[in-house]
Amino acid sequence: MTFEIPDFIPVIPELFLLGMACFILVADLFIPQARRDITYGLTQFSVLGALVLTVWLAAPEVRITMSGTFVADPMSDLLKSVVLLISAVVFLYARPYLMTRDLYRGEFYVLGLFGVLGMMVMISANSLLTLYLGLELLSLCLYALVAFNRDSTQAAESAMKYFVLGSIASGVLLYGMSMLYGITGTLDIAGVTAGILTASGEFNMALVFALAFVVVALAFKLGAVPFHMWLPDVYHGAPTPVTLFISTAPKIAGLAIIMRLLVDGMGPLHADWQGMLLILAVLSLAVGNVVAIAQTNIKRMFAYSTISHVGFVLLAIMAGTTEGNAAALFYVIAYALMAAGGFGMVLYLSRQGFEADNIQDFRGLNERSPWFAFIMLLLMAAMAGLPPTLGFYAKLAVLQAVVQVGFIWVAVFAVLMSVIGAFYYLRIIKFMYFDKPEDRTELSRGMDVNVVLSVNGLLMLGLGIFPGILMSLTAAVR
Amino acid sequence: MFADWPLLSLVIWTPILGGLIVLTMGDRMPEASRRVGLAFAVLTFLVSIPLFTQFDRGTHEMQFVEMIPWISTFNIHYHLGVDGISMPLILLTTFITVLVVIAAWEVIQHRVSQYLAAFLIMEGLMNGVFSALDAVLFYVFFEAMLIPMFLVIGIWGGPNRIYATLKFFLYTFLGSVFLLIGLIYLYTQSGSFAILDFHHLPLGMTAQMLIFLGMLLAFGVKIPMFPVHTWLPDAHVEAPTGGSVILAAIMLKIGGYGFLRFSLPIAPDAAMALDWLMVTLSLIAVVYIGLVALMQQDMKKLIAYSSIAHMGFVTLGFFIVFMIYNNTGSWQGAALGISGGMVQMISHGLISAAMFLCVGVLYDRMHSRRIADYGGVANTMPWFAAFFVLFAMANTGLPGTSGFVGEFMVILAAFRADFWIALLAATTLILAAAYTLWLVKRVVYGEVANDNVAKLTDVNRREFWVLGVLAFAVLLLGVWPAPLLDVLDATVDNLVRHIAVSKL
Repeated sequence: MTFEIPDFIPVIPELFLLGMACFILVADLFIPQARRDITYGLTQFSVLGALVLTVWLAAPEVRITMSGTFVADPMSDLLKSVVLLISAVVFLYARPYLMTRDLYRGEFYVLGLFGVLGMMVMISANSLLTLYLGLELLSLCLYALVAFNRDSTQAAESAMKYFVLGSIASGVLLYGMSMLYGITGTLDIAGVTAGILTASGEFNMALVFALAFVVVALAFKLGAVPFHMWLPDVYHGAPTPVTLFISTAPKIAGLAIIMRLLVDGMGPLHADWQGMLLILAVLSLAVGNVVAIAQTNIKRMFAYSTISHVGFVLLAIMAGTTEGNAAALFYVIAYALMAAGGFGMVLYLSRQGFEADNIQDFRGLNERSPWFAFIMLLLMAAMAGLPPTLGFYAKLAVLQAVVQVGFIWVAVFAVLMSVIGAFYYLRIIKFMYFDKPEDRTELSRGMDVNVVLSVNGLLMLGLGIFPGILMSLTAAVR
Repeated sequence: MFADWPLLSLVIWTPILGGLIVLTMGDRMPEASRRVGLAFAVLTFLVSIPLFTQFDRGTHEMQFVEMIPWISTFNIHYHLGVDGISMPLILLTTFITVLVVIAAWEVIQHRVSQYLAAFLIMEGLMNGVFSALDAVLFYVFFEAMLIPMFLVIGIWGGPNRIYATLKFFLYTFLGSVFLLIGLIYLYTQSGSFAILDFHHLPLGMTAQMLIFLGMLLAFGVKIPMFPVHTWLPDAHVEAPTGGSVILAAIMLKIGGYGFLRFSLPIAPDAAMALDWLMVTLSLIAVVYIGLVALMQQDMKKLIAYSSIAHMGFVTLGFFIVFMIYNNTGSWQGAALGISGGMVQMISHGLISAAMFLCVGVLYDRMHSRRIADYGGVANTMPWFAAFFVLFAMANTGLPGTSGFVGEFMVILAAFRADFWIALLAATTLILAAAYTLWLVKRVVYGEVANDNVAKLTDVNRREFWVLGVLAFAVLLLGVWPAPLLDVLDATVDNLVRHIAVSKL
């Protein structure tokens, strides 16, 4: 057996990030608390550096390396770039919050970086093992981050819940994968597809079980109803910057493993998982939108809103067409941008000793800061799917894919649910514009946050007026 | 000289740009924001005039067409153009917005720049609705319009404004999502979002029915038709004067426009099969809502119900055409109903705007909309009384005013279809006269009712000009409707020819 040196070029961004994360882990030990900005700067450098490398090394062809366990294709280039970009934004938004709460520590950044690395591995996974490895790397970092504020009992409770339930989901996924391995005799995703094609001639009980286990685990990780129970508690209990982190980039990585495992790997079983996803999507849309109305805590409200958005993404995948997959990619990228802005606004309003996580805390924002009230207006309109914001085209693309495969009544149900959803987004607009402020503290978070948050909000409108740019990108990679 | 200018883009983007400029001026310079706002409103009106003067009256084809690719993935274009149906509505929009900006001059003191910006942006979006020839572009403008209106009612509205504005938003949004599904279905069938392609797309009866009903929900809520009209009285009562004017004069017309641009040409067979439903709902609006209007204690609510009744007349005119065909076996005279509905829309745009502005004049002085708080206003405000009586007469459809032309045409068309329908429709002449004139009697005439009325001052110069210009327009259209009818002719004839051909 000859030892072959793998092609390292497609893996360079991951290697860079891994090296930097290890370096920061050690270097941070020698940095005094007063100089923590160095850690922050190094973190941003690693993330942005990996972003530059990813864009620079992007290529139109599919490159498989590392003995067939790692794939770099246009989809992975696009998703990794977005994940890295959003992670950089997340670190930026999080800094003022961490600084005012004695949470400004190197561990946050190291855990964050390893989480980002986990996502990149998930996105580029070409074998069941790589996929699981990336997922676990991400999950372990997230469990620790949720408990990052160790004096908060609420955070500890959320982390415990997240850990136990998340581990069960990982176990379920692993079990499903082991069955797939048993049936097909390979861990390679293309091999799995080929194995399924030969095995699916007659009814195969093990295959049905494997599929069910995989779908359940993926639904669990994304937070689709009825596997959503952990999501509101974790969103609520975690420190807001961590909620921001969980709610944005990991959703993109989650969609990536659905694409790799379900759409590509188990594509021949589309007819079987279509019904499963349909049920998950319909339930997510209903529960997410209806229950969100009852929330008074904005983090919980966003948690339920996430569930409803997951419903839309699953609808698009359910269609099983190229248009559907492109719509899912478009939707999840749009959603990550919206969620980053939404939680960014919550962080923007919070200050020492004040979390601003109540919906009422948005009262009278138009009088305190007309500009950021406008930014929040754009973000809420985007989440509600109102034109001319980005959220509308995301919904339009999904609905188009769903109608195209003949599920017109499902599309009707989805839009009805988004009308219900519009209510709770409008309620925030109502608090901002129609009510008087109770608290008139000066709002200012430094130039960097102001600028990036403004750009984040304006992007909703900018990409809403010119959605073609992002739409052709997502359509090209699928 | 304007032939090669992108006039439609200008009437859409000039006010939006103006709105953004006003918005950035902030609250520190209210006077300057007003001037800039007015300048942009007037500029937009001037830009829209060549649309009328350069309009080719001999063709039904789209004019002033602009088309550039917008979202290539879905074959969506930035495609604009107007025909005889949409051009007058654009002119109405730009005209009324100027008046609304002037009417707000001294009245709005709170967050002036945001108020003016909302109206200017709304103007651009409404012009977009009337000129869009791509379904997604239309839908984007159609929905985007809701946000500024939501804010206008919610920020500057009356005591119950939050309930009213949420109801307005959710009702309209609920209706329009069905339209969206319909449009997406049409896209999957035709491979393009061009509205004119939809017109020529053959469709089965079930598909037509569902599309028609989906669109009926969207446009029926907007116009509004009985029984989905209940948001309108609430929204009108709580909205500030300018909001009520735009709502009544233009936003309701978008519903009517939608029927002509989408429902009738895309699903003519479904429209024919469901004409009984449309005519019945229209007659209920005319008769029952007319009776409801009679009972109102609040001036704005009364005018709001009167709007619903008048819009019932519009939908009657649009859908009576199928009954004319069934009854007489020919499409002769069908154009009369549609043209009548269109004239009624333009005329109602002017009259309802004037009526709401009149109520605004009273409200600014007395801070009450209750009819019982007034009486004998003519004694203290003679000029105002003259205007108010004129507009009330126009509202009842007095010959010589614009209100008469449209109603007369629709009733004539109704006679061709069925005597009893015409009879019921004609009761509007009695009912409208009853509720409007009774309103005039209680508010304007009689003895001076109380000290507050005795202290009223007559209209100032600004109010005089606003009402005067509207009075002129109402009378001009009443005695000489030919320019409007000329514009409508070719397009309406083509529409009738189009719906006469089954798509099955």
